[in-house]
Amino acid sequence: MDLTLTQAEEAFRDQVRSWLGENNPGPEPEGEEAKFLFRRDWQQKMHEAGWAGISWPKEYGGRGASLIEQAIFSEEMARQKAPAPANVLGLVMGGPVVIAHGTEDQKERFLEPILSAAEIWCQGFSEPESGSDLASLKTKAVRENGSWRVSGQKVWTTYAHEAKWCMLLARTDTDAPKHKGLTYFICDMEQDGVEVRPLRQITGEAEFNEIFFEGAHVEDENLVGGEGNGWMVAITTLMHERAGLGAASAISVRRDLDELIEVINERGLGEDPVIRQRIAELKIGVEALRLGSLRALTQQMKVGIPGPEGSIAKWEWAMLNQKLTELAADVLGPEALRPGTEWSYRLLRSRANSIEGGTTDVMKNIVAERVLGLPRLR
Amino acid sequence: MDFGFTDEQNAIKETAREMLAKRSPLSAVREAAESRTYPDALWSEIRDLGWPGIAIDEEHGGQGLGLVELVILAEELGYACAPTPFLSNAIAGLVIDSAASDAQRDRWLPGIASGEGRGSIAGTGDEPGLVPDAEGAAVIGLDPMTEPRLVEGSAAKIEPVELIDATREYARVSAAAGEPLDGDVARGLQLGAVALSAELVGLAQRAMNLAVDYAKERQQFGRPIGAYQAVSHRCAGMLYDTEEARSLTYYAAWCAGAEPQSLPLAAHMAKARASDAAWRVTNDALQVLGGIGFTWEHDLHFLLKRAKVGSELLGDARMHREQVASLAGLA
Repeated sequence: MDLTLTQAEEAFRDQVRSWLGENNPGPEPEGEEAKFLFRRDWQQKMHEAGWAGISWPKEYGGRGASLIEQAIFSEEMARQKAPAPANVLGLVMGGPVVIAHGTEDQKERFLEPILSAAEIWCQGFSEPESGSDLASLKTKAVRENGSWRVSGQKVWTTYAHEAKWCMLLARTDTDAPKHKGLTYFICDMEQDGVEVRPLRQITGEAEFNEIFFEGAHVEDENLVGGEGNGWMVAITTLMHERAGLGAASAISVRRDLDELIEVINERGLGEDPVIRQRIAELKIGVEALRLGSLRALTQQMKVGIPGPEGSIAKWEWAMLNQKLTELAADVLGPEALRPGTEWSYRLLRSRANSIEGGTTDVMKNIVAERVLGLPRLR
Repeated sequence: MDFGFTDEQNAIKETAREMLAKRSPLSAVREAAESRTYPDALWSEIRDLGWPGIAIDEEHGGQGLGLVELVILAEELGYACAPTPFLSNAIAGLVIDSAASDAQRDRWLPGIASGEGRGSIAGTGDEPGLVPDAEGAAVIGLDPMTEPRLVEGSAAKIEPVELIDATREYARVSAAAGEPLDGDVARGLQLGAVALSAELVGLAQRAMNLAVDYAKERQQFGRPIGAYQAVSHRCAGMLYDTEEARSLTYYAAWCAGAEPQSLPLAAHMAKARASDAAWRVTNDALQVLGGIGFTWEHDLHFLLKRAKVGSELLGDARMHREQVASLAGLA
């Protein structure tokens, strides 16, 4: 057991730290559109310095960073409050899918613009009637004169209105069992058959969209991984989605916790025994999340693929964020209940943490079935 | 960065698991608990293996390994719910090693390392005079938080106390004088708390295994109960609690040797989390087992009771969280 960084890892961290120290563009502007443009500029800057897609192999324009280096990078990003790159879905999911399952032509066509944020990607997986049971999705793609026609509805899509490409999971065989009849497409968002509508959430803002496909067109060459293999293609990326992100999410919760401790001290509530117990519980939870993520990372390096431990990290993170914002609301009183304040936003936004990216209830199913080996109800 | 055990550490773990499965199955734990006596054969086998001295330096007759190795053994002994004075003796070794003078260390550590002259330390919670395994101990540390001192076991007044945990012996100890412990007692207690946390992790792991195995077998309404989410989510929660406590405990053990400045916070976190986890997991296991888990005939209650008492020893979760709050920068 050795939790210190090797010399090489330390050198890498110093390099990341100093680059971010000089180039971090600072706090993001207000408003969805302004925020998006800010993040796109930021990604371009990252790309020019070789920091976009650090997990990608070098031959595809990435940095070929090890898992530890990826974790270090995300931790430093969180520590220095650097904004997320605009094309985060392309970098984390779209690119890796093309690299793993795409043809040479697809790699040639799609990868570079993902890195540079010239082409933004969005994810068309969830549907109004297919949330946790993703494989039941109904959006259909039908072959027509050597290409495909898509009709159906997707929901909870980030940056759909900014996106050039959609990672689209659609049903191509209605007779096959539900996991077998799906195909993964890269669908052009800039066409008449695609309509994007913003989806207003409980915070009042619209981070997400709905997408309506009505006879949208997809070229055959934009099919990834073979007809009928969509589930397998999609699932490999979902597994990698959270690899190495646990440690970074712990850092960002810890940052929020430090902020809350300051607020508590400013208000002279630091000696309240109940508040002290609740802060300690959060502090312990944050540390457990960080350490659990490092243990999972060690495991992943030994066996090669991410294990189901990521499900525990996702669950922990959601619970911590929710408890933290609840404590903040208790500390601040009515001030945290006015719309538009920082903590009222965080209180409301964190309600979705146990839903987005796999609900906590589903995370518990995964832990029960894949880690503990309990029987499935279905 | 590697958050895993070395090959040697894994070998220690496997040896311990195998030995205890053979020598101290739950049927033997029951026998010891019901008669409230330790099986001598188990303690002498543990001594033959050199476990009591695992974290004591070679100069004093120990193996010269670290807290990580001790934690591995404590976790396995917790998993087995083994009735032995191993843990109290090991904690005494940690406190004396950290806080005693050279002369005191020379006098007591060799006996602790071999197990021939055991030690034990009084608790720090609501019952300061409560000492595990005091009967037969060569040296006892009293009042560690207020007026820390060492007394010879033969010079102390020892009154046995029965607690709900019958897998371990407890006593109320008093003694007039003793030699003062002038060194870093707080650090010794932190190390001890980490070792105790490891035992709690082991207890939780065993209770979870019993519950999960049962949930796979037990049929109600025509299905194994583990297929119902009310049950499977409870089991997932047991894993969550156990793994959080384990991560924090291993980390604290690593800090002891490699990053001493991080030990206080890490140790308080570990004991707070492990105390809560051990009780919650053993209780949840009882709920999964249902009626059978409430019977004397089932072994679970030995784990549950030891977890409850262990969660109080060397400071309960509330006390350790209070320390965490101070270290977290609350004014």
